[in-house]
Amino acid sequence: MSENSHQKGLIIRPITNGTVIDHITAGEALNVLKILGITGTTTESISVATNVTSPRIGRKDIVKIENRELRQDEVDRIALIAPQATINIIRECAVHNKKGVTIPPLLKGVIRCPNPGCISNTKEPIISSFEVTRKGLQCTYCDWLITKDIANHII
Amino acid sequence: MDHIISIRDFSRERLDHILDTAQRIGDNQYDARALSGKILGLLFFEPSTRTRMSFETAMARLGGACISIDCVEASSIVKGETLADTIRVISGYADAIVLRHPKEGAARLASEFATVPVINAGDGAGQHPSQTMLDLFTIRQSMPLEQVDVGLLGDLRYGRTAHSLAYALSLYDVNLHTIAPKGLELPPNVVQELRSRKMKVREHSSIKEVIRDLDVLYVTRIQRERFPDTASYYGVASSYRITPELLEGVRERLIILHPLPRVDEIDPRVDALPYARYFEQARNAVPVRMALLLEVMK
Repeated sequence: MSENSHQKGLIIRPITNGTVIDHITAGEALNVLKILGITGTTTESISVATNVTSPRIGRKDIVKIENRELRQDEVDRIALIAPQATINIIRECAVHNKKGVTIPPLLKGVIRCPNPGCISNTKEPIISSFEVTRKGLQCTYCDWLITKDIANHII
Repeated sequence: MDHIISIRDFSRERLDHILDTAQRIGDNQYDARALSGKILGLLFFEPSTRTRMSFETAMARLGGACISIDCVEASSIVKGETLADTIRVISGYADAIVLRHPKEGAARLASEFATVPVINAGDGAGQHPSQTMLDLFTIRQSMPLEQVDVGLLGDLRYGRTAHSLAYALSLYDVNLHTIAPKGLELPPNVVQELRSRKMKVREHSSIKEVIRDLDVLYVTRIQRERFPDTASYYGVASSYRITPELLEGVRERLIILHPLPRVDEIDPRVDALPYARYFEQARNAVPVRMALLLEVMK
């Protein structure tokens, strides 16, 4: 779907209330659904378009979720795999709020540390904590550095 | 509150301050009752002889007392108590806590729950900052940390002492030479980070090619379990062994360090040579740990 597809006809129909996540990095739509905990057994109505053309980013994915407005921690997770995404909150068919995503400097409870020897992977009463650095995501506890396949480590 | 968790938390100024204090302590300029009435909690969830005993000695020399878990098997830990709870409880008994734990990041966790300073005495394959400080201290005793060529030899991939020391040395004017068997080299991201800190790092595969260019040789153990069979271990280990013959023609001020215990890495005949400083290094654990205890409890 292109940006001006409204004139040419719609691949997926507009929603009345909910969230449209636009400009998702092409191919990451299913990871976005995974992050949001949306599986085949959840009740939301979902529309997904993948690999559609976009003047802004070339190719992109779009996810529309009816009757659900995303929380900030969910938006933070999406930022990790789709830093160019835009979040549109839709109320009564109109865009109520539109914003980009930003990766916060500290990710609390978002990433599971891949180091099996890390204290954050035990029954201790702490939540995982990763610092966002230029080199990647660094575990606050054991210094483990994640530089690729970030989606696989999202809780 | 000052916790001592990772050498990465230290600036050069703060390290120098601790090493200066240790120097004065080494020269017997300290108050033997400085920590009188203070109690140090030693929580060792893994076996340790020298780290534990040197902390006990350091505390005794400053007039303080120690409490400890003697046997983890007989404590609440086997009943399933979390480290967080143990730390909260011991915080109520002691004025500072020394922790050794098998899990990486345990000391960072402890610092979040403790109401007294925590000193990391080794967390799994993670950090052991007081070891790095006594390594630096031992080098500084022999030469100023300016234009020094330091060689790190052994298992540089998994050895935590080597990583921490390399990081600490990057705060000073030091050229680093790494000498490691194939597969046990310093990880590329560590090398990259050191270089980004303006440190000159040169990688060597043979000790012979670099030994005459070194001021400090830091030897670490090559562990047998890293090799598929005993024969290949012995093949590699013998080519990295430090012998009097290897040391012919080296720089006069060369010093050889080793965190100990050693196995086959250094020929016992080297002990009698002026280069051998590993037992002095082990003795330095006391003044350096005294300086640390003063730093966190004064």
